[in-house]
Amino acid sequence: MANTFYNEILIDHNQNPYHKHELPDANMTLAGVNPSCGDEINLQLKVEDGVIRDGAFEGDGCAISQASADIMLDLIVGKPVEEAIRLSGLFLKMIRGECSAEELDELEEAGALEDISHMPARVKCAVLGWHTMKEMLKKK
Amino acid sequence: MNQYRQDFPLLRNADFVYLDNAATSQRPDAVIEAEKHFYERLNANPLRGFYDLAQNATESYEQAREKTRAFLNAKSAREIVFTRNTTESINLVAYSWALERLTDRDEILITISEHHSNILPWQMAARKTGAKLSYLFCEPDGSYPEERVRAAVTDRVKLAAIGQVSNVTGRLGPVALITELVHQNGGVVLVDAAQSAPHGPVDVQALDVDFLALSGHKMLAPMGIGVLYGKERLLEEMSPFLTGGEMIDSVRLYDATYAELPHKFEAGTVNAGAAAGLGAAIDYLQDVGFARIREIEDRLTSRALSGMQALPGVHVIGSDRAEEHNGILAFTVDNVHPHDISAILNDDRVCIRAGHHCAQPLHKHLGIRSSARASFYFYNTEEDVDRFLESVAGIRRRMGLG
Repeated sequence: MANTFYNEILIDHNQNPYHKHELPDANMTLAGVNPSCGDEINLQLKVEDGVIRDGAFEGDGCAISQASADIMLDLIVGKPVEEAIRLSGLFLKMIRGECSAEELDELEEAGALEDISHMPARVKCAVLGWHTMKEMLKKK
Repeated sequence: MNQYRQDFPLLRNADFVYLDNAATSQRPDAVIEAEKHFYERLNANPLRGFYDLAQNATESYEQAREKTRAFLNAKSAREIVFTRNTTESINLVAYSWALERLTDRDEILITISEHHSNILPWQMAARKTGAKLSYLFCEPDGSYPEERVRAAVTDRVKLAAIGQVSNVTGRLGPVALITELVHQNGGVVLVDAAQSAPHGPVDVQALDVDFLALSGHKMLAPMGIGVLYGKERLLEEMSPFLTGGEMIDSVRLYDATYAELPHKFEAGTVNAGAAAGLGAAIDYLQDVGFARIREIEDRLTSRALSGMQALPGVHVIGSDRAEEHNGILAFTVDNVHPHDISAILNDDRVCIRAGHHCAQPLHKHLGIRSSARASFYFYNTEEDVDRFLESVAGIRRRMGLG
């Protein structure tokens, strides 16, 4: 049987999430909730001089939400805040199925979640971390 | 081969397995035809016109009410109010009965295994009246020990709202004992029969409950038609829930007198097409017979349960006895989120529910974040169960867990 979207990248990030831990020196924290299932993510970032120096998340969720958050942190740690916000916009665009090939390249491993655009029921899982990140950075 | 399957257009040529019957059932030709017949042959606004067509529409609608009365063994059709669904039925009681009668000296008792639709209306009523909302907590297997029930029903409990069958554990709620105890103190009892009425006979006189709510769509009828049974004396004393068209006797500039029961509670144009479908659904269920329905469901549940018990890392919520599940098997798989369970089963064309099933407090009480749920109806087959089991057996491997 086809098992198209549980690809290796997703399985790997779900099983061995590099960024799933507490971040004691974080200076920004925001909890995001997926309203359709009650899953929660607690995102923590350490931001200095407008650059995301480190990031981590905690919480429970499905493979898609967990892997998506982990991939996101891989991508945004070390980048300026503005760039992270721009990438979250690109990610949401990809989920809507509107990304160009060049834009997809910019998202690196997050491109592995492209197929979610065909699964409306899982969109909220995939965007949970990204949405939380964007909310948090924009509030600042 | 299951002889009933051919009656369901969506299942006839389906390559998928439908095991989300606790969320909504499928509908047989007879039900779809009855609704179509209403709109093709009888359509006019019921209860209003004086021409023949409108009379026929009214007759069709009232026939459905009479069938529902007989189905629930109510004393009178005046005790059968059509609503949209169980949720609306319970809200009707919360707004029209509870808000006008409860005070801060009273208690509302519900169980921890209630569906959100039998929790939120009571949170609202408690907030607005000052009454205390109290919970009866179940054992890890979903059962309610008699002593705990007795202790929970204090003489302050003026209203108890209890599910007859849990939509997570499948277990029977302590309806009979609570009804007896609450009545001794002069309180009233509402039963949520959404998960029980599709699968077995419900006799409101034998239960002696004051209110009972159910949804048509879980028992083969169209979506958008539900039922509230209420004892006539109570319904008479209650104010209308919604006000407006066709629930009046006469309207003056600043007040009105209301229509007789049950029309007092059916403001606005009713869902007569779906009511005709509900009548046909009741006929269909009675043709099959609840004894036969029970026999099929128990056989399927037993096959599924023993198959799941043999799978490593798979845990069924509730009793380890199939007959205590009433066709509902909620489960978890170690280290796999229920969303992922459902997605993998969907890949194998097996439809199940994943999440909290509108029972977040119960999941929290049982120490589970969320679960997956397979639920059976009499048109399911042993082949359906086997395809489900085969798919569940592959979950851990496909999630890279060996």
